[in-house]
Amino acid sequence: MGRKRKEALRAEPAAGNGILSRRFFLERTLAAGAAGLGASAAAAEPLAVPPWSREPGGDFTAYGQPSRFEGKVVRTWAAPANPATPGIGSSRTPHHLLDGTITPSGLHYERSHSGVPDIDPEQHRLLIHGLVRQPLVFSLEDLSRYPRVSRIAFIECAGNSGALYTAQAQPLNVQAIHGLLSCSDWTGVKLSALLDEAGIDPRAKWVLAEGADASGMSRSFPLAKALDDAMVCLYQNGERVRPSNGYPLRLLLPGFEGNMNVKWLRRLKLVDAPIMTKDETSKYTILLKEDKAWQFVFPIEVKSIITRPSPGLTLKGPGFYEISGLAWSGNGRIRRVEVSADGGQSFAPAVLQEPVLPKALTRFRAAWQWGGGPAVLQSRATDETGMVQPSRAQFVAERGLRGNFHYNAIASWRIDQAGEATNVFA
Amino acid sequence: MCLLDRLARVPIKWIGMRCTFLRWRMSGLGKPVSTFPGHALTAVLMIAAVAPLATATAADEPHFGKPITAQELAAWDISIGPDGAGLPPGKGTVAQGEAVFAAKCQACHGEKGQGRPNDRLVGGSITPGQAPVKTVGSYWPYATTLFDYVRRAMPWDRPKSLSDDEVYAVAAYVLYLNGIIGQDAALDAQSLPKVKMPNRDGFTPFPRWPPK
Repeated sequence: MGRKRKEALRAEPAAGNGILSRRFFLERTLAAGAAGLGASAAAAEPLAVPPWSREPGGDFTAYGQPSRFEGKVVRTWAAPANPATPGIGSSRTPHHLLDGTITPSGLHYERSHSGVPDIDPEQHRLLIHGLVRQPLVFSLEDLSRYPRVSRIAFIECAGNSGALYTAQAQPLNVQAIHGLLSCSDWTGVKLSALLDEAGIDPRAKWVLAEGADASGMSRSFPLAKALDDAMVCLYQNGERVRPSNGYPLRLLLPGFEGNMNVKWLRRLKLVDAPIMTKDETSKYTILLKEDKAWQFVFPIEVKSIITRPSPGLTLKGPGFYEISGLAWSGNGRIRRVEVSADGGQSFAPAVLQEPVLPKALTRFRAAWQWGGGPAVLQSRATDETGMVQPSRAQFVAERGLRGNFHYNAIASWRIDQAGEATNVFA
Repeated sequence: MCLLDRLARVPIKWIGMRCTFLRWRMSGLGKPVSTFPGHALTAVLMIAAVAPLATATAADEPHFGKPITAQELAAWDISIGPDGAGLPPGKGTVAQGEAVFAAKCQACHGEKGQGRPNDRLVGGSITPGQAPVKTVGSYWPYATTLFDYVRRAMPWDRPKSLSDDEVYAVAAYVLYLNGIIGQDAALDAQSLPKVKMPNRDGFTPFPRWPPK
């Protein structure tokens, strides 16, 4: 490679405070460049042959588990306010310890209102009734006979990132703030096929979905969504849906707030108007600055988070780092993600990891040369509808800080001189 | 089943509805669904006008749902609309509700519904400029939701165990504690939907849905 060619491949700065060009990811080879990427590392230790290379390994296992060295990669949850009523609340996905876009099923976030039911699939039934020609009941065996479809979709709790609705930034990590977000490969039956079999009365405009759990969790959603891309899911990441994610049957409304993807689905009632359930009136509504509240906030709007670096992942001295994170939109595909290391004064485009799928998590990556000084890392996503993730100031100006739900403003990690990341408002 | 047999079983009014629905679908609001038996029927009806001998194979479409009657599904049909649709017979007074509340609700929701360790049900405010305290009284827009939720989900350790009379009664008590109905009030299927909740007009549809 000639000197001239090498020069062209230098990782040139693309935005302030060390953000490098995304060509770093796009070019096959890249010379250590002006930014000092080639800073010499200490010499490696001499290599010894380890014990596991000197003796036979373990036997087969019926259901594989992660390495025993990965014990920290677990969901976390807050202790219940009332020990007498466990199973109300949520557990969170450790995004700071994961990569890619598919959440392992055992780490998918959990949200339940009266615990996780232990459902016998032989006895489970799905009822479709209301404004239909013929009410129908389906067993799991019945449902398994229909043509199946698969799609990769994120599910995000409406309350995810709710910790950022405070006036002061709390010392929390990516899991505690943004962990009510996961993405799976879902397989099931198109809901439209089942509704058509029951025969939709033209007066029907909404569908009530209800779970078989103790709380009978229920939400109304527009019939148009049911006929668009809704599914009833039997499989998650290739295996049956996990109990805390709705076994044996869950509703998937791609892009809509998490609780509408009703788990343990047992009933769909076609109605002419919303039922006004507890969770669509008293809970998942967004109280604004004044005394009105937004109701029926269905799609998760465009959003992104940086998962690495993030609190708890201390930088080990100045030099090169990959900034990586997740972007998603309930309204379609991610078109663009930009990153900043100077608190949003300047942004440069990140690389989007293929495949970029609608209503699914998209992984982004950017190259960063940390000089060792203070930095504030941000990411800003744009979706295919042209919607741009708002700044915190824009977000707060529109709705205030009383909303609890659907927080999607740009989030910030401050990096201090010791390389520690902290949640800040910038 | 032969297609003509199927046609004979479809009431004329339903065929009309399916045509209406198909037009709605074709208008672009909905997405066509190939497995829709009504489509097949409607299409065949339209084709039949020009080709009386057309024989589609609609019988090959997967139809595995089992018919059930309204009576047979009644035990599951527990959702209550804001107009009161679905409310069962029965009745309960504030006084009766006080006894139910003390026995089955107070341990979690506190004396007189003041909350702790679980949700506060009484009082509160969503006054602008302050941190909101959302309760049945300060936030819930429909009294029917209270009946629906208590009957399906409460008490936490024994959901669906209250009688309909008990649910009416405890709903009356919670509404009374919030100053929404009087101490001598009783609730039933007629009176519950008429209760005007203080925050009835507190909600507005999300402005960015449906997308423009």
